[in-house]
Amino acid sequence: MAVDKDTVARIAKLARIRIPEEQQEALTGELTEILNWVEQLSELDTEGVEPMTSVVAMSLPQRQDVVTDGNCADKVLKNAPEGAHGFFAVPKVVE
Amino acid sequence: MTIIEGKTGPWEMVIGLEVHAQVIANSKLFSGAATAFGAEPNSQVSLVDAAMPGMLPVINEMAVEQAVKTGLGLNAKINLFSEFERKNYFYADLPQGYQISQFLHPIVGEGTIILDLEDGKTREVGIERLHLEQDAGKSLHDQHPTMSYIDLNRSGVTLMEIVSKPDMRSAEEAGAYLRKLRSILRYLGTCDGNMDEGSMRADVNLSMRRPGEPFGTRTETKNVNSIRFVQQSIELEAKRQVAILEEGGTIDQETRLFDASKGTSRSMRSKEEAHDYRYFPDPDLLPLKIDAAWVESLKKDLPELPDAKKQRFIDEFGLPVYDAGVLVADQETAAFYETVAKGRDPKLTANWVIGDYFGALNRTSGANLGNAPVDAAKLGGLIDLIADGTISGRTAKEVFEAMWESGKDAAAIVEEKGLKQISDTGALEGIVDQLIADNPGQVEQYKGGNAKLIGWFVGQVMKATQGKANPGMVNQLLKKKLD
Repeated sequence: MAVDKDTVARIAKLARIRIPEEQQEALTGELTEILNWVEQLSELDTEGVEPMTSVVAMSLPQRQDVVTDGNCADKVLKNAPEGAHGFFAVPKVVE
Repeated sequence: MTIIEGKTGPWEMVIGLEVHAQVIANSKLFSGAATAFGAEPNSQVSLVDAAMPGMLPVINEMAVEQAVKTGLGLNAKINLFSEFERKNYFYADLPQGYQISQFLHPIVGEGTIILDLEDGKTREVGIERLHLEQDAGKSLHDQHPTMSYIDLNRSGVTLMEIVSKPDMRSAEEAGAYLRKLRSILRYLGTCDGNMDEGSMRADVNLSMRRPGEPFGTRTETKNVNSIRFVQQSIELEAKRQVAILEEGGTIDQETRLFDASKGTSRSMRSKEEAHDYRYFPDPDLLPLKIDAAWVESLKKDLPELPDAKKQRFIDEFGLPVYDAGVLVADQETAAFYETVAKGRDPKLTANWVIGDYFGALNRTSGANLGNAPVDAAKLGGLIDLIADGTISGRTAKEVFEAMWESGKDAAAIVEEKGLKQISDTGALEGIVDQLIADNPGQVEQYKGGNAKLIGWFVGQVMKATQGKANPGMVNQLLKKKLD
């Protein structure tokens, strides 16, 4: 599977990473190599093998419906670049 | 089905609804933070909800239970295996950069919902699926000229996304669907259904086609927050699409935003690019496996749901379909009706509850079944007085108004105002005899074949008794004397 330059630009945009034009070509090659490397897995015959979702056999742990957390607005907001009146403040996003 | 007559021929609407219903639970889907409405900004946020590095989600068993109950209430297939996936997009109120949702393996599969339409008819609409997902935070855009404020209290709250099949054909059906869904959710206690608080929101998918032809291209109108606005947005969007199609244009598959205050809608172009969500199974969460026996036990404990209750009201009480539908729409109303109807005439009771009682509730601001001046026992007392002939149905309306004003019971008001019906044969006979003696002309006409005049005689007796004569007895007496 080969990744082209448009795909690289599109993935970068979706991931909100700015990649200068001159670096895109190099990334095309790298991403293609990574995909090809992973693709080797499909050489294995996995017919009849259950997908493995965890390295240890266990089921999804569930918690009881009890309030045990929150009430820590100061901690939550501590690393925010900007805040006001208990809110995060971000550059205006209007639909 | 509503057919829209365009300039070039008939058009038919095809509507599907996606409803986001906030699950009733104390804590969030994957964190132990609280879910109460209207708390101080960011006070109900855990470090999980704020997506701090290294925080891991742990699922709330109540969220799972509520989703399964809702699925059962929608006669849907419960999937014993389901999986959480990441839906990736960037927005200021989504700190994770993805929403944990379900995609390929939702917890609930296909089901059905029965709509109760205005004319008393019903119509079945398919449910495509129901899945669990996290809500996003809330953005406030109007507090500052250049900044948006973000409150993450809602971030991580459990939502059920309930997706219908494209089975609806009019705005009326879409309204009926939302009302019925809300009623079922409230009966089950899985969502409070308060659209004005945002705990139930609808996305409307709509396309137009020539009747009988394949589906056309649809648009999606996002986050409409009342049943009335859903219906308005459908009428608006149908007109817009028909105008484009009749000009020979094509519909863009796009997301639109309805502005209720202006009664307009516009394209949300910015959302278009974000539509590549790159779903993949969330590596922080194992697949959700539930036990068939547990599902069975939940099924056994479900309350009687609106459709079953409606059928029972029809069978047991002999109510017309329409009346039964009105009474069961709300669980409290149905319970109120059953309390009043116990040991009384069910039809007479239904008429009073739906007519005068609902009327009074609706015109009294802030009144509800819990605080109304007339409770079930008092309304029952009034109906008893009608049933035993103490007052006529007409007088009862007057008594009811006085009860609503004063909170007193019916017997006290009848006594106080001297409204007791005259059912004493002797007293009535005297009045009737006098009337006949005073009006030989009318008696002559009646005997000559003008049978309608009996109404005039009854009216005169009523007038003479200030409406207190028992109308049935007056009729009998008159017929006996005149015929």
